Amino acid sequence: MSTDALIAPPPTVEVRVPPRSWRSEVRAVKIVWRRELIRFQKDRMRIVTSLVQPLLFLFVLGSGLQQLSAASTDGVDLKTFIYPGVLCISVMFTGMFSAASIVWDREFGFLREMMVAPIRRSSIVVGKVLGGATVASLQGLILLALAWAVHVPYSVGLIIGVFALQLLLAFSITAFGVMIAARITQIQSFMGVMQMIVTPMFFISGALFPSGDLPGWLAVLNRLDPITYAVTPMRTLVFNNLDLSSEASHTLNPPITWFGWAVPIALQVFMVFALGMVMLGIAIAEFNAGD
Amino acid sequence: MTAAISVKDLRKSFGDFEAVKGVSFEVGTGEVFGFLGPNGAGKTTTINMLCTLTKPTAGHAEVAGFDVVGAKDDVRRHIGLVFQDPTLDGYLSAEQNLRLHAELYGVESKVVKPRMEQVLRMVGLWERRDGQVMTFSGGMRRRLEIARGLMHSPRVLFLDEPTIGLDPQTRASIWDYIRQLQQQEEITIFMTTHYMDEAEFCGRIAIMDGGEIVALDTPEQLKEAVGADRIRIETADDERAIAELGERFELEATVSEGAVSFAVADGEQFVPRLFAELAVPIRSVNLSRPTLDDVFMSHTGSTIRDAEESSAKNRNRAALRAMGGKR
Repeated sequence: MSTDALIAPPPTVEVRVPPRSWRSEVRAVKIVWRRELIRFQKDRMRIVTSLVQPLLFLFVLGSGLQQLSAASTDGVDLKTFIYPGVLCISVMFTGMFSAASIVWDREFGFLREMMVAPIRRSSIVVGKVLGGATVASLQGLILLALAWAVHVPYSVGLIIGVFALQLLLAFSITAFGVMIAARITQIQSFMGVMQMIVTPMFFISGALFPSGDLPGWLAVLNRLDPITYAVTPMRTLVFNNLDLSSEASHTLNPPITWFGWAVPIALQVFMVFALGMVMLGIAIAEFNAGD
Repeated sequence: MTAAISVKDLRKSFGDFEAVKGVSFEVGTGEVFGFLGPNGAGKTTTINMLCTLTKPTAGHAEVAGFDVVGAKDDVRRHIGLVFQDPTLDGYLSAEQNLRLHAELYGVESKVVKPRMEQVLRMVGLWERRDGQVMTFSGGMRRRLEIARGLMHSPRVLFLDEPTIGLDPQTRASIWDYIRQLQQQEEITIFMTTHYMDEAEFCGRIAIMDGGEIVALDTPEQLKEAVGADRIRIETADDERAIAELGERFELEATVSEGAVSFAVADGEQFVPRLFAELAVPIRSVNLSRPTLDDVFMSHTGSTIRDAEESSAKNRNRAALRAMGGKR
């Protein structure tokens, strides 16, 4: 230290923290969002590991069950059928992990650094949810690159549409996760609870089967499951890009009906969005009520 | 001197446990003010209330001229915090951590870079600015946290046990920064510690025990107030020495660590009398000025270490009770 003391200290740079304004909130949201991206970029392992599950579903389950289902898919490869569901599952699990980072942040203390800053709690939550959504849909882009392997031709509409839908689903799932993370402060319990809720939602949603002629109990659950309203638009989008016979399209992608009424795709998409917004609101309220 | 912190009858209860039982004090601008006390004395709870992290149950506190309940944001804009537990993002580099902090606090973009260089140079981490924090040692992390707490030029810097768990060299350099800050930036420093030797560096000290401030003054005044020096003698017959000290000088002595120890005013004048009048042969004598340990002892009746052990015991007992209740 003595040598340092001999060097003249650098001149003091005066800094003034401005009063809170909407601009400082936007800046805060942006930096929380960017932190998620930086961390995602640095965590290569996470990128690889979170691809394993969707790839298993797509290629192992898809190729394996193909032998059984060839007759009933009207000539459509099972992998092609499962593909939209897999686009959803990858986003769901990445979104879940993004939400888990808030639990990690709490454990490693970083959440405290954000909580004591002169900004609204809502800015932190919004930044976190948007960051998680972005990371999850970037992850989804990797799967989009696999479209050729499952006989789905590329088009600008497909890419933009899939990305937008993934962004939306990831937003809602992350908002859901952050809402849960406000309450559950231990990472083990958090992951357990999320698995317990998200896995059944994924299976019931019809990501892996057509939701037309389901047994009554499953049909009810399927209609109640919010993920259904993300999977169906996704499948519709991908199928519109294929050259399918009308029978194949009807068997594999039947419209979602409520008591016989076919729910419009736009309404389904809106429902996912609305649900995400509601959960975001609850998450913000919970973080505001904290301490 | 205007007050950087002013606290009036601040209280905090958790359920029916009162962690802070009405504390009042003022800290002047540019002062280094220390909170000293064993773990569980209510130091961190008090700091959390001043930092707007915990809402007081009752009482009033102002930091940098703003109310900690009514003007939370204004308080936050003017304070820097270094917590007891690390709050850095290990995945990011040192520079990214500081930049993130500057963004969260809305620091003007054009001063971010020069300010960052200044604070990083101060804590000797400028050369390591691109290093991932995960790879930093404990001392480096603490230094980085101090640098980060200073990024937005706070008026008051709160340091909660800034040197806990660090090696003596790092502790010394952290004290160097604190002194440097005081000179350069006119910053008020509020810190907690349970290292007695460190508390001596503070301008004033509040001794906290069981949720109350039991003494508040400069270290010198506090020590003087104890009044007595401590004398330790090794004798041929400790028991007889104790008895004689009681009879002749009306002093209460105890045996600790193989020596007879007692407190007496004006120890230097007393030692010659001791040799002349005590019948028991004395093998060695040791005279010490009161330390903050003695101050703590005279106000609380126990050493800081004992106080910690007993509070830990109480916690264990409470934990056992809670477990028993579940069964």
